[in-house]
Amino acid sequence: MSRRWLVGGIGAIAVVALACGSGREGGAAGPEPIQVGHYASLTGDTATFGQSTDRGLRMKIDEINAAGGVLGRPIEIITEDDRSITEEARSAAQKLLQRDQVVALLGEVASSRSLAAAPEAQRARIPMITPASTNPKVTEVGDYIFRACFIDPFQGAVMAKFARETLGADRVAILFDFKQDYSVGLADFFRKTFEASGGTIVADERYTSGDIEFRAQLTKIRATKPDAIFVPGYYTEVGLIAKQARELGIDVPLLGGDGWDSSKTLEIGGKAVEGNYFSNHYAADSDRPEVVAFVRAYRERWGETPDAMAVLGYDTGGILADAIARAGSTDPEKLRDAIAATRNYPGVSGTISMDENRNARKDAVVMKIRDGAFRYEQTVPAF
Amino acid sequence: MAEDLLQQLVNGVAWGGIYALIALGYTMVYGVLKLINFAHGEVYMVGAMTGYYAARSFGLAGAPSLLGLVATLAASMAVCALLAAIIERVAYRPLRSAPRLAPLITAIGVSLLLQNLGQLVFGADPKFFPPLLESRNVFEVGKLSVSNVQLAVLGTAILLMAALQWIVMRTRFGRAMRAVSFDAQAAALMGVPVDRVILGTFVLGAVLAAAAGVLVGLTNPKIDPLMGVLPGLKAFVAAVLGGIGNIPGAMVGGLLLGVIETFVSGYLSSTYRDAIAFVLLIAILLYKPTGLFGTTQTEKV
Repeated sequence: MSRRWLVGGIGAIAVVALACGSGREGGAAGPEPIQVGHYASLTGDTATFGQSTDRGLRMKIDEINAAGGVLGRPIEIITEDDRSITEEARSAAQKLLQRDQVVALLGEVASSRSLAAAPEAQRARIPMITPASTNPKVTEVGDYIFRACFIDPFQGAVMAKFARETLGADRVAILFDFKQDYSVGLADFFRKTFEASGGTIVADERYTSGDIEFRAQLTKIRATKPDAIFVPGYYTEVGLIAKQARELGIDVPLLGGDGWDSSKTLEIGGKAVEGNYFSNHYAADSDRPEVVAFVRAYRERWGETPDAMAVLGYDTGGILADAIARAGSTDPEKLRDAIAATRNYPGVSGTISMDENRNARKDAVVMKIRDGAFRYEQTVPAF
Repeated sequence: MAEDLLQQLVNGVAWGGIYALIALGYTMVYGVLKLINFAHGEVYMVGAMTGYYAARSFGLAGAPSLLGLVATLAASMAVCALLAAIIERVAYRPLRSAPRLAPLITAIGVSLLLQNLGQLVFGADPKFFPPLLESRNVFEVGKLSVSNVQLAVLGTAILLMAALQWIVMRTRFGRAMRAVSFDAQAAALMGVPVDRVILGTFVLGAVLAAAAGVLVGLTNPKIDPLMGVLPGLKAFVAAVLGGIGNIPGAMVGGLLLGVIETFVSGYLSSTYRDAIAFVLLIAILLYKPTGLFGTTQTEKV
């Protein structure tokens, strides 16, 4: 406990110091900036998620500010690191809401962390948009919580259909992370769709975030002779699981969700992740002009190919700025109504409309890992 | 069925080898000082981290070689030996005559210090150990597969344990260690340099933990500054299981715990895997506090 306070305290002092510094430099000249909070996993087990959303978000906000901002004011992003820890997400959100009095809260990627922070935003009646949390429970927290991505019942169904129809799999084993709402939910929706379409789930095994040894579960799965294994986890564990599965002579394809989307999957998994499939929000190798332009600009600025989290961070910034402009003010209630009224926003990850449950309706893509890269395989339209 | 059972046994023994190496450090220090060195899990973490940086600076990331593995092991052992010596000198020696609770709490303090220092120095992000050996299966009978990495881990662990057994039973230092463990005061009276023996014991334990850190980097290549917490506690359980203070006990306890954990994951549910070690700890303390190999000591009055 004391450690957390200490680290948190130092972090807070640093952020305040930074905020003061930048305030003195730029504050005197232009109009007062609109402050938007972003809580993200900049470090820890899923560090690439937070880093990517933050980069995408900042890119979009810089573009908007360069074009004059919204309502004649620039937007300022205040990012708070939650170190990939669920409880930290909540206190990061509290800090942004209370200390910085932000007009909107953006974040997280991991559903468990969005779920920890969302009640804070709802209680403060400040709109929150999660760029990439796909578990349905997140937006069920309240009418101030939105998301810029599709939800897991859809994503699970996409992969179940892909396994059944494209791969022709009859028997599938599941290995999921029972500490993550995202993984539990996705496994559940996959199971339902796959069984409803006549397939059999032959094994239902679990692991815990942070685990490094999966050979016991994989040996058990191997004995059930599956046609494919569904691993709806986050990239750190997925890479290790793929390696250990191949070592044990399991050569059937592994399937996953958007939690795989990180360059780290390739770094950790190496040859072991080749030939596997996962569902995602966008394909970097798509030839849609918006995607091509975004990928080029992102590479120029950050020196790497944007993953889906970067795209969703970018689109989330866009949705928010668009809503502020339409609301004509930063009043939280007006802003909430404007976000809810988002229709056909032209995002890089697709055309975004908010449905009545505050979720974005969008198409999904299935990616294949081939020659050390994520390659576009097929598009599954929203249903 | 039999093949799967055998496979689980292989998985468990390879995993337990890591616990055994860490458990040895606990048991040796307990043997000479009656101290549970809770900072030992962090020495293991530093061993893995040093191995990671050493392997990268040796340019081994893309070029696996056995020589590279040996060099990495050596570098990691050297750093951990130094770290353990510093910990002993700074944190434990000033408390040598204090009540036993004081060094125990200090040990927890050192453990927390190293965890946080680790996050500061190495960063909180997990790191991915470069493959120092190209993984391939050397042994495949039916579905049973044993990879060269698993063999290397087990081989190194056995080699180190044999070396330890030789040091303890056949060398002058080993005899001094046993004497201090038996009765430190009497040993001092007989001219055994107790302080130096204790320092040596810490260093020996740290060398084994360093090896465990590098080996885990080979089989399970994700490392981070908090990786030592759980294995540290579990290795402590392994040491108690074997009978704390007893060296062969720690080896057997470690291997046994690895096999038990694997079987629990493989035949019950992995949900119980982390709990089983602590259930085991409670059961041993209740029914056989001396562990499998420990002997009852009569309290001298």
